[in-house]
Amino acid sequence: MADARRPRTMDLRKQPGFNQIAWLCLIFLYAPIVVLIVFSFNDNRSVVRWTEFSLRWYAAALDNQGIRNATIVSFKVASVATVFGTILATMAALATTRTAPFRGQTLSYAIINQPLMVPEIVTAVSTLALFAIIKQLTGLTGIGYLMLAHTVFCIPFAYMPIRARLEDMSLTLEQAAADLYATPFQVFRRVTLPMMSPGIVAGAMLAFVVSLDDVIITLMVAGPGETTLPIYILGQIRRGITPEINAVSTLLLGLSVILVTAFFLIGQRRR
Amino acid sequence: MTDLSASTVADNLARARRISESTARRRRLQLLMPALIVIGIFGLFPLTITATYSFLSPGTYGGVRWEFSTDAYVQFLFQRDIFDDTLSFSDSYLRIIGRSVGLAFVTTIGALILGFPTAYFIASKPPNQRNLWLFLITLPFWTNLLIRTYAILLIIRDEGLINFALVGSGLRSTPLNILYTDPAVFIGLIYSYLPFMVLPLYASLEKLDFKLVEAAYDLYATRLQVLRRVIIPLARPGIVAGCILVFIPGLGAYITPTLLGGGKKLMMGNMIAEQFGASRNWPFGSAAALILMTVVMLALVVYVRNSGQGGRRHG
Repeated sequence: MADARRPRTMDLRKQPGFNQIAWLCLIFLYAPIVVLIVFSFNDNRSVVRWTEFSLRWYAAALDNQGIRNATIVSFKVASVATVFGTILATMAALATTRTAPFRGQTLSYAIINQPLMVPEIVTAVSTLALFAIIKQLTGLTGIGYLMLAHTVFCIPFAYMPIRARLEDMSLTLEQAAADLYATPFQVFRRVTLPMMSPGIVAGAMLAFVVSLDDVIITLMVAGPGETTLPIYILGQIRRGITPEINAVSTLLLGLSVILVTAFFLIGQRRR
Repeated sequence: MTDLSASTVADNLARARRISESTARRRRLQLLMPALIVIGIFGLFPLTITATYSFLSPGTYGGVRWEFSTDAYVQFLFQRDIFDDTLSFSDSYLRIIGRSVGLAFVTTIGALILGFPTAYFIASKPPNQRNLWLFLITLPFWTNLLIRTYAILLIIRDEGLINFALVGSGLRSTPLNILYTDPAVFIGLIYSYLPFMVLPLYASLEKLDFKLVEAAYDLYATRLQVLRRVIIPLARPGIVAGCILVFIPGLGAYITPTLLGGGKKLMMGNMIAEQFGASRNWPFGSAAALILMTVVMLALVVYVRNSGQGGRRHG
């Protein structure tokens, strides 16, 4: 850059105090999480006084039936929502990228991104109202409603990285395959799909994280016995703070961090 | 490599184009429709139910009675006397809306003050360090909001680390009461949505041409003048995008006011949830949801107007 032939002693890009504020932001973002994680390993019940390293709260959390059940529900819902959300998002991404502009393109984008534009609480109560009507009409109950609600908001999150990946891919390889008499299905199966798979994996991971972390929509839509992990944690926090909750929270946090880091690394490798 | 003559390539292209014209549209529809139908039925359509419900009467055990009524909207301004059915002005709900807008606004300003220097700092780093910084700023966004808010709660409560340090060091004799106040909600909201501010700001500042900054310095501008007259105007689309992205979720926040406001400092998010829960007044909750939606849509219109083509990336 221009730095090499810089005649002045002052760095043009610098603004006074800006890097201090940046570091402050970083500390602000991470300090509370670090405190939570550190004290989840504390032998004491206290969240301020460190006594000794211990895994007892993790043992207690894993032994807790409520936490176990909530974990199973969370993973069931997140898995189903991720699979269906990612499939729908992949199809939509294939349809909306690498084509000449078509009629309804902007509208399609708007509809796919709709779950991101409406405040979550509004989506939550509206979905509750719709499901109440469906339940009244059909008498159907079950965890399917929750899975459906999660699938809807997973679509735009899965869609973003898949679309980004597709837009980076040129059509040449697919055209070459077609020239070599591959059927459209073969082209898709042997060329397009393998090439776009990092995007699909990334999209699925984001969808999974977003479903796993959801509170508001789940809170409104979930029926009895459909308590997910965040809802369980919320209930416990309202009743009072226990070190067990710190341990479960750390585990859930760790899972998100692992998934998102993997997502980030997939994106890095592409470059 | 196969030796393709120019005419073969042209033939192939023409054939491909003919085929694509006849089938591409149908294939596109087949691929696109499932997602659009699912979101249409379970994302868009429910909003019309909410809009309809806001003009009906509440059912006794939740739900609605199919009777037209504007009570839900009247309730925002007036309180109905249970004995003689007269209306008297009440500002309790207006206050909640006011508090929500106020807190979301203050949060946006706070996030801008913190986020702008951060984004600028990241943009002025060498490219290999930028990605790491961006990752560190984005990572909290992808972790559980509930747990992050809970982490804030652990620190600011009376028995938390901050008060432990304040009282322990003798700076204060009694703990500083932060939890369950408006400042607590403010801290929680900034903490939750700061990444939304930094990312679009970074996207604008990354494209900043530092030659303009250099030119300004050559013309004897001070650092502050360069910031005010050159950098900030050029970063405007990012500033608008960041502000909208913080303001909208801040306005509808549920977890932050529930945990850190302790139910005493309600915002629209909790108020709506409460109407569909314990209060069992679905029409009123629907009306509140619709009012929230309207404010959000207005904010989005401002966003689209101000950002032009730059806005699509974040929308």
